[in-house]
Amino acid sequence: MSAHASRRDVLGGLIVAFSLAPAALAQTGGGEGSGGPPTVAPDLPGTLAKFPDLDAWIRIAPDGRVTVFTGKVELGTGVKTAMAQLAADELDVALDRIDLITADTALTPNEGVTAGSQTLEQSGTAIANAAANVRLLLAETAAKQWGVAATTLFTRDGAVLDGQGRRASYADLAASTSLAVRARADVPRKPPDARRLIGRSVPRVDLPAKLTGLASYVQDMCLPGMVHARVLRGPGSGTRLAPDLAALRRQPGVGSVVQVGQFAAIVGPREWPLEQALRVANRGRWEREAALPALPALPDGLLGMRRESKVIDTRRDEPGAQGVRQLTARYDRPYLMHGAIGPSCAVALFDEGRLTVWTHSQGVEPLRQAIAELLAMPAERIRCVHREGAGCYGHNGADDVAGDVALIARGMPGVPVRLQWSREQEHGWEPLGPAMLAQLDAALDASGRIVDWRHQVWSNTHSTRPVAAGDLLAGGEMVPAFAPTPPKPIPQPNGGGDRNAIPLYRFPNQTVVSHFLPDMPVRVSALRGLGAHLNIFALESFMDELAAAAGRDPVAFRLAHLDDPRAAAVIRRAADRFGWAKYRAGPNCGRGFAFARYKNHGAYCAVALDVERIPDEGRLIVHRAVAAVDSGEAVNPDGIRNQVEGGIVQSLSWTAFEGAGHEGARRTDYDWSTYPILRFADAPRTVSVEVVDRPGKPFLGTGECAQGPTAAALANALAAATGKRSRSMPLGRHGPKLDE
Amino acid sequence: MMDLTVNGAVARVDVDPATPLLYVLRDDLGLHGAKFGCGLGQCGACTVLVDDRPVFSCLLPVGAVGARSVTTVEGLGTATAPGDLQRAFLHEQAAQCGYCIPGMIARAEGLLRKTTTPTEDEMRAAMAPSLCRCGTHMRILRAVRRAAAMRGGGVIDSAEPVT
Repeated sequence: MSAHASRRDVLGGLIVAFSLAPAALAQTGGGEGSGGPPTVAPDLPGTLAKFPDLDAWIRIAPDGRVTVFTGKVELGTGVKTAMAQLAADELDVALDRIDLITADTALTPNEGVTAGSQTLEQSGTAIANAAANVRLLLAETAAKQWGVAATTLFTRDGAVLDGQGRRASYADLAASTSLAVRARADVPRKPPDARRLIGRSVPRVDLPAKLTGLASYVQDMCLPGMVHARVLRGPGSGTRLAPDLAALRRQPGVGSVVQVGQFAAIVGPREWPLEQALRVANRGRWEREAALPALPALPDGLLGMRRESKVIDTRRDEPGAQGVRQLTARYDRPYLMHGAIGPSCAVALFDEGRLTVWTHSQGVEPLRQAIAELLAMPAERIRCVHREGAGCYGHNGADDVAGDVALIARGMPGVPVRLQWSREQEHGWEPLGPAMLAQLDAALDASGRIVDWRHQVWSNTHSTRPVAAGDLLAGGEMVPAFAPTPPKPIPQPNGGGDRNAIPLYRFPNQTVVSHFLPDMPVRVSALRGLGAHLNIFALESFMDELAAAAGRDPVAFRLAHLDDPRAAAVIRRAADRFGWAKYRAGPNCGRGFAFARYKNHGAYCAVALDVERIPDEGRLIVHRAVAAVDSGEAVNPDGIRNQVEGGIVQSLSWTAFEGAGHEGARRTDYDWSTYPILRFADAPRTVSVEVVDRPGKPFLGTGECAQGPTAAALANALAAATGKRSRSMPLGRHGPKLDE
Repeated sequence: MMDLTVNGAVARVDVDPATPLLYVLRDDLGLHGAKFGCGLGQCGACTVLVDDRPVFSCLLPVGAVGARSVTTVEGLGTATAPGDLQRAFLHEQAAQCGYCIPGMIARAEGLLRKTTTPTEDEMRAAMAPSLCRCGTHMRILRAVRRAAAMRGGGVIDSAEPVT
């Protein structure tokens, strides 16, 4: 042992061969698309329960480099960095010795879809525990070679040491250590105070390349001999183009026209001539599909749609409690767009009977199944490899474009094909986040306590993620068409339309009803947070309305109805940091507060806003946004701050400005001119996020936790600033709802 | 055939002069920093500098560039030797998915070449043509403030001090 080794180094590397405390078990998740194969080792944490063998997760090369495999993908949230931190710390190797392979059907464990803020909870937990297992196995190999007990050894910087001068590198030990063994459940992870990388704001490993223009996205792929393609579709979901294919064949730069059933695409060596040909094609005749149900007038039309109602939570602890004041209110949101800045893109190569698809899908495994059915090919002959795209925030065109390019590439053996959707196609065809409506009823007793609560929510499904050919746009264009998978609700405890409809607050009597609307006049699917955005908007707006009715401060009113100390801590931190108690409203200004624990088992997040509404312009200025977040153990605190800052700004955009327009059931937004999102002038003046770290606690996920609280905090701040409450999104810049 | 000055070097390209500069940069010159976002000049993902001015390369026909010099994010530094704006973005970890960031950096470069002492409102107005869906706006603004300070200036009426 080096004389300079600090106590932390020694402690950090000590081999502890038995568990001092039970390893933190993963929570059960799933429900947003395929969750991967069944659990085979329920005693193991995270996705180790499905893939218990260590070499599914970690391999060590003869040169000592460590390859880590995850079935999850990088969506811009920084999980690649976080997972490398977990592996490097638990293994005791330098961060730059880690190579991380993300979702690839040929290489990585099938972890289903990257969704629901579950990446660290499922994959991160697996990798951390697998790394702890591998480190112990390497130490046991050294112990056997040296004839000592493993517990006398320690590890540092990719080597096992005995403290007496003997050192064996992982590279050497790996040669005689099989990782093709099942993980043990009793191998402890490092104690929190011994961690070197976990809990540190390590800079993102992917940013130097992205900030200097190195090829980083599927859009940037350029394979030898690659050709470009454009798909031909009507102006928007539910329409069908009848292009003049003969005329398109004569267009300069169009090498070939691919037609399979009613699917059509053009292929050529260069992009710009294809763009021009696409414009010609778009002048062609298109028609509307007759089969879709009529779009109801929003929001109340949702109430009249066919529904499947289910009581998802009910409690009657105090049936005799007397309400002296009843409140009722309805809240709604329109259809929202994912609006990725980069339209969807995919690359495919069909060669010697095998198809490879490079895709920014969030679920390469279910996508592979869907493509296999679409092409009538065995799934084993298809490989789907994740490559990053622009931030998707849910199910956008990523899977559809992958299905499209697979069809094109199959007809061009040996030729790599890159298909880029246009902006208009992304806007016109991406599945939207569903329009929703919630009705809340509550009763206050004489002391100002909520004694009865009823929450009802009406919503389409929040996931039509592809599991079969009919879920891809191209599947519907085959003759005969593949049928889409029938929509179904995502069950609690995660929930879909009813996500976060069940209050975390303790009310003695409550009923929560989920009205699932199976008919989908508009193509919809998962958008960041699913139903949590509207449900928390409703729940936390209503809490403010009840607090006002009870004559209580909104923050104190929330605390009075909570018995979860971590929830209370986050609320207090946000309120203190904001200066809630000493706030004095400027002219036309107001403060708003909201809180939620995402999915009721994810991250705790509280948001406070100081908002001004310029009276004559109707413009909003968010002067300050302050948040506190508890995501469990913070692997990378700055990564968490980045996610919550971004979530706040994005939710402000959704809640204040956005809503996809329709005429009948036809979309009317084909680019950013009619679907404006927040720009710099409307971004808050300041945003600050405090991370409440919980070392040693399970990862709770972060990606979606700010969407709901921000929406409600904005509604509450506007109500305070203007004296008028808007319950209907978008809360608007010039909207009549503020000025009526 | 035409000569194009990109990132200080002259490149000879054989394309239809009506081709938007973006496709020439990405497909002919292998410069992937500028991104396709809309093809309509609405989102700024394709932003590059022509001389000192930010332009939408998805709209500008390559034949209209003429003798002016084009600077893309690749011309401002490399992953191993990032330029000052890139260092500022790295310092602030000003990216989530990162797709819009090369355009943001090019646009910020255009602003800072004009003035290193913009006001907060001027900075926001200068950045306004570029869209970010991840909500990274606050960090992008912090990075631009930091870069202004690195160049001896600073954002006047800054909403947040550079620390």
